[in-house]
Amino acid sequence: MSSTATHGTDTLRVGDREYQAVIGLEVHAQLLTRSKMFCGCSAAYVGAPPNSNTCPVCLGLPGTLPVINRQAVEYTVRTAVALNCEIPEFTKFDRKNYFYPDLPKGYQISQYDLPLSRRGWLQFHVDGEQRRCGITRVHLEEDTGTMYHAGDVLQSATSSLVDCNRCGVPLMEIVGEPDLRTPEEAREYLIWLRRVLMYIGVNDGNLEQGSFRCDANVSIRPRGSDQLGVKVEIKNMNSFRAVHHALGYEIERQRQVLEQGGALPQETRGWVETQQATVSQRSKEYAHDYRYFPEPDLPPLQLEAALVERIRGELPELPDARAARLRRQHGLGDYDAGLLTATREEADTYESVVATGVGAKLAANWMLGDVARLANEHRLPLQQSGLGVAGLAALLRLLEAGTISGSVAKELLAELYRDGGDPAALVEQRGLGQVSDAGALSSLIDEAIAQGSKAVADFRAGKEAALQSLVGYVMKQTRGRADAQLVNRLLRERLGG
Amino acid sequence: MSFTGGTVAASAAALREGGVSPQELLAEARAQFERVDAEVGAVLTQTWELAERQAADAQRRLREDPGAASPLCGIPVALKDVLCLEGVACTAGSRILEGFHPPYTGTAVQRLLDAGAVVIGKTNCDEFAMGSSTENSAYRPVRNPWDRSRVPGGSSGGSAAAVAAGMVPYSLGTDTGGSIRQPAALCGVVGFKPTYGRVSRYGLIAFASSLDQIGPFAHTVEDCALVYSAIAGHDPRDSTSSPTAVEDPMETLRGGIAGMRLGVPHEYFGEGLEPGVRRAVEEALRVLEGMGATLDEVSLPSTGAALSTYYIIAPAECSSNLARYDGIRFGMRKEHDALLQMYLDTRGCGFGAEVKRRIMLGTYALSSGYYDAYYRKAQKVRTVIAEEFAAAFERVDALVCATSPTVAFPLAAREDPLSMYLCDVLTLPVNLAGLPGVSLPCGMADGLPVGLQVIAPRFQDARALRVAHAYEQATGWHRARSPLVEATA
Repeated sequence: MSSTATHGTDTLRVGDREYQAVIGLEVHAQLLTRSKMFCGCSAAYVGAPPNSNTCPVCLGLPGTLPVINRQAVEYTVRTAVALNCEIPEFTKFDRKNYFYPDLPKGYQISQYDLPLSRRGWLQFHVDGEQRRCGITRVHLEEDTGTMYHAGDVLQSATSSLVDCNRCGVPLMEIVGEPDLRTPEEAREYLIWLRRVLMYIGVNDGNLEQGSFRCDANVSIRPRGSDQLGVKVEIKNMNSFRAVHHALGYEIERQRQVLEQGGALPQETRGWVETQQATVSQRSKEYAHDYRYFPEPDLPPLQLEAALVERIRGELPELPDARAARLRRQHGLGDYDAGLLTATREEADTYESVVATGVGAKLAANWMLGDVARLANEHRLPLQQSGLGVAGLAALLRLLEAGTISGSVAKELLAELYRDGGDPAALVEQRGLGQVSDAGALSSLIDEAIAQGSKAVADFRAGKEAALQSLVGYVMKQTRGRADAQLVNRLLRERLGG
Repeated sequence: MSFTGGTVAASAAALREGGVSPQELLAEARAQFERVDAEVGAVLTQTWELAERQAADAQRRLREDPGAASPLCGIPVALKDVLCLEGVACTAGSRILEGFHPPYTGTAVQRLLDAGAVVIGKTNCDEFAMGSSTENSAYRPVRNPWDRSRVPGGSSGGSAAAVAAGMVPYSLGTDTGGSIRQPAALCGVVGFKPTYGRVSRYGLIAFASSLDQIGPFAHTVEDCALVYSAIAGHDPRDSTSSPTAVEDPMETLRGGIAGMRLGVPHEYFGEGLEPGVRRAVEEALRVLEGMGATLDEVSLPSTGAALSTYYIIAPAECSSNLARYDGIRFGMRKEHDALLQMYLDTRGCGFGAEVKRRIMLGTYALSSGYYDAYYRKAQKVRTVIAEEFAAAFERVDALVCATSPTVAFPLAAREDPLSMYLCDVLTLPVNLAGLPGVSLPCGMADGLPVGLQVIAPRFQDARALRVAHAYEQATGWHRARSPLVEATA
């Protein structure tokens, strides 16, 4: 099913034997539905006063019953389609039973043996190489509440508070096959998975707030073996960086244990950011028996083929396909195409600018250069800036048409980004139009030659670079409005170059 | 004229003819409650103030538009204490829910309120509806109005006894393995468990979700049909409630049974049946035959496996349903610094022995390594049981048999859980198959009521009620009243 190419960097040495790490990732992604999974409360719980975003159903009060959120089912189908999964006609919910204060019913409604989808794959890139990781299953469940401990950690807490605002938020679990071999692969897989989920509009990709969460299963084994080693589950990684570091740490830890002749127990470990280490949380003997059984409060779901086909038809172009199309249609390089399709908004902006007639390469350069820098400086995306997407397109058209010079365009971009305004009107009003009339430039060319006798001599002696100071003089005198290429040509003509 | 021990239909008629007011009906209910409930113990929470307000509302509705008002408008009712009514304590007969006041009203109860019902209180029951004698109530046992040394049956013993003792003309109970029909039989009233999925379970504190169903107790089949009509129907809050239209049972209630084929399940007349019960039920079969029905012996071969099947599925579901009683958000909590010990103390003190037994049974049946041998196998047998009923219903229109193998037994007579479980051996297969079942009085044995059970195919609730009504009208057993009512009248 998967075809992960092995490459040099995944080799580990244990004594004189070659070992290899095996990594599988489980991602939990909250769905961007309006309401919760089984009740009418808002799914947008962040910022609400504690326990205010609740009702008898999501509080698990006696006598209440769940009702399936249809939009959540459709979003999960959309994800399954985007991840090339099989979607069976028949699916059901199950109860996963365990006690914890953030789980009001004492069980989580989840899916066990008949998930909404299975057997898919995600394509991603590592160092320009294409990879594919198998997707075991994508299923639907409900999120838990949140605990606040007086004291830093549960173990030393003197008291704990429970906030049920998050209880019942639709949560999608995406289980990946153990097809990944290095922390880099794992990180890239996550970046691409997040990108796909955001592209199809089902998740907001916020790792910090936990709307996109990842656990990892890691083991190591002799290279060439098709047996899996004893797996360690790693939790509590809240950024791509943390995933990368935690996996790197854990693989090396396991290698050292084996090298010292030790054995690796099956266990759950937590990534502790302050120690940059994984710490054992729970060994296999204390693993939960979740006593899964079919949720008797919900009838099984029959997914009609027509629904799946409709969702398949509505699926937007995915980032990988979009990057490939931009390379093909617009002649963009891998790197530019990748950056421009990193988010759907970025790609849409780029394409709408190009659609107004601006050249692809020009649009790409400006978006990835000055626009990206300004967005970062102002902490404001182009779409929300004074300039806006249409403004950028208008500005670049003025540049492309030769109405303004590159340096004027750069100045205007910065100003408009901050203050807004109509590029064409501003050019008109301030007389910023490019001077591209040979006659008008003629006297300035003369002046440049007269004041730059050294540069003239150097140029004539064969020093090409000397011409730049003459061009610079003209540009300075015109406050950047002169057509630099024209000045260059006129100077060469005059100097008999 | 006294309405104590009277029917819903008679009260409804009198309310419209001006013979009585809702307030007067309420006053009679209260007087009877005060006279007898110290002895019976049917009511856990009284709601007289609420009832006064509801009676006044009902009075207004009856005056403004008596034609539009429901037959239940202005008539007192008692609710089993597993049914949520906003703001009114709800214990499910358990210590662990002490202090819990639900902030919402369940669907079936809301439909009664919409009909103008006057709620006088919440009735005693076995803890979390687990039991067949109401002796598992954490508060106090209920005594049978026919003989106070005996149990009323259970788990809806309080609801059955409240009607049998004349405190209310009708009540709501719940039936998971016989918890409406068995106490109805033992208390000499009519009890109806509708088809699974007919009455919304929203607001019913779950025991076993795939088996629980809400239904009425009353003195007559007609009254049960009236209540059923008010509470049945699809509820978007309960995904297991059927979206299909509800047949009006009143339309066919008086259709008689001439020409009907009635099945007599061979396996339901086995050794466990007390001679007095067997005599009364066999006499009832002769009456039915005399009314023009054909009796056919049918076989439900897997009946013997039903009890063990039930005692895997119901505990499995309950072990999960009762996990929410953890002391965190509502009800009782035994404080402790350590979370685990708080859980253990709260649940250890809050739950009674039978509830703990079933939680343990169910936890075991669902455990890794045992699931296939117990839960999965039980589900397969459940399917077989349902298929056997379906096959029988290809030959017959309804089944008739005893409701309970025995009449009411003395308190503390069944200490051994297994002998208690056998009380429901004739009723719980009906829950496993999701069928409608009625229990109605069909005679007396040793001075105690005997119940006849009528079972119909799924969603043929109206047919079950029609057969029951025909029998009732032909015999008049439904006019018998317990000594507590006789003494008042």
